[in-house]
Amino acid sequence: MEHVIQAAYFIAAALFIFGLRQMSSPKTARNGILWAGGAMGLAVVVTFFMPGLHNIGLILIAVIIGTAAAWISAKRVEMTNMPQMVAIYNGLGGGAAAAIAAVELFRGQIHFAEQHVLILLAVIGGLIGAIAFSGSMVAFAKLQRLISERPMTFSNQQMVNLIVLGIGVVTGLILLFTDASPIIVIFFAAALAFGVMMTLPIGGADMPVVISLYNALTGMAVAFEGFALGNAAMIVAGTVVGAAGTLLTQLMAKAMNRPLSNVLFGAFGGDQDGGDTEVTGSLKEIEPDDAAIMMGYAGKVIIVTGYGMAMAQAQHKVFELAQQLEEKGVEVKFAIHPVAGRMPGHMNVLLAEAGVPYDKLFDLEEINAEFQSTDVTLVIGANDVVNPAARSNSSSPIYGMPILDVDYSGNVLVIKRGRGKGFAGIENELFYADNTRMLYGDAQSMVNDLVQSVKQL
Amino acid sequence: MMIEGVWAALFIVMLAGFAGYEVISRVPVILHTPLMSGSNFVHGIVLVGAMVALGHAETGLEQTIGFIAVVLAAGNAAGGYVATERMLEMFEEKNKRK
Repeated sequence: MEHVIQAAYFIAAALFIFGLRQMSSPKTARNGILWAGGAMGLAVVVTFFMPGLHNIGLILIAVIIGTAAAWISAKRVEMTNMPQMVAIYNGLGGGAAAAIAAVELFRGQIHFAEQHVLILLAVIGGLIGAIAFSGSMVAFAKLQRLISERPMTFSNQQMVNLIVLGIGVVTGLILLFTDASPIIVIFFAAALAFGVMMTLPIGGADMPVVISLYNALTGMAVAFEGFALGNAAMIVAGTVVGAAGTLLTQLMAKAMNRPLSNVLFGAFGGDQDGGDTEVTGSLKEIEPDDAAIMMGYAGKVIIVTGYGMAMAQAQHKVFELAQQLEEKGVEVKFAIHPVAGRMPGHMNVLLAEAGVPYDKLFDLEEINAEFQSTDVTLVIGANDVVNPAARSNSSSPIYGMPILDVDYSGNVLVIKRGRGKGFAGIENELFYADNTRMLYGDAQSMVNDLVQSVKQL
Repeated sequence: MMIEGVWAALFIVMLAGFAGYEVISRVPVILHTPLMSGSNFVHGIVLVGAMVALGHAETGLEQTIGFIAVVLAAGNAAGGYVATERMLEMFEEKNKRK
């Protein structure tokens, strides 16, 4: 049986890597998750037959509870809220890794040859897993607006964080030599607290990077627990995710032109000075009817969507608007900034859900040269990713971030919920430009007004 | 256990690390979110470890924590799967319609 189980784990590990490979190309992506899903099923089923496994009934009940709860919630959640759900599911994995470490530590006997090494691995995995768990939960709470998205800071915060982490590390090291329950409890409490405190000072705009980081951390925690349990499938899958997740985190941080250290330690949009330029001009409002005329008689319209569109669930209306315009003979394209929304590719997913064809979606590099030949650009719920300060103002916190050059187009229409600033907390001179008109309101109802007005042209 | 010592496992880690890095390095931006979700699903393999931990648990405390571990891990795996599947479903439909 031992060989059958190992063979099944071997196949599962290979299929995970194969599945991820397939997921990295749009054509084969769907098959990729099916392969990985099959691998998971295989690995779980054979584990039930592992020799010497007790509590089978308990295991079965726990698997059913966890699976059912997550399955139903994942089926029901709106596509817009997917990023925070990914954060939750990731946190669960980290929590599971930490709980495994806790069981092994309380048992007090990780019985293999290199005992100290194995305890150390279990402890490291437990530390990382617990941080990923509580950190992911805070990320979820921020994205779900259960707590403020603003960075939460207090004086000496980094010092306090460092001390908390230090307590976790020191108690972790003590656990190499004792299995005293109070030490185990302090160890996990410190790790959980650090995850919370590390995430609180990070603002909503940076959450995608943070979630990706915690995803990588959970992968590593799983790999460490795989070591401790001598489970090769966990080692391989955990390491693959740890490496892939680290790279993905870097790609995302790079797309935002924010070094990771900045995301983690430099509370953004707080009291940085120099961020606000002296903005000249005024905000000029326009009626939906007039905006519809501008677009309806234009030759080419580019639509730029951002998180505001996602929040308002306006993607279906936006596609309807695009179709209406195309019926009038207008060329319509969608421009997508790499970090628009809450995760790279989030906008693509939402627009694809609404039915926007693939070939109408354009990346920043593909479309940036086209704004100069565009009559009207419609910006829906995007702010920082179209802020010209990133090009011109070297003291701006977003200076150097690649942006969509919408200000180069003939006219700019901006749908915005209110007069406030973006996530980065900085003024956007685009909104004050001579060729910009503002449409204030909820993205969904405003786009709906535009659709009705265009119909009547 | 088939793994002979920490060294064999370290070699596995090195190779798996490169595999993970390579798999992601040529991904179009539109797939970043589904892929993050997909890799989130893959570390749901922690479920196997949680099952083993609960399977070896003896005292009530160990069983309780082990039970929690399995519930959490199953949530990671199932939620990660459905979320990824739903995202990728859209890409599939798009391709068909073309």
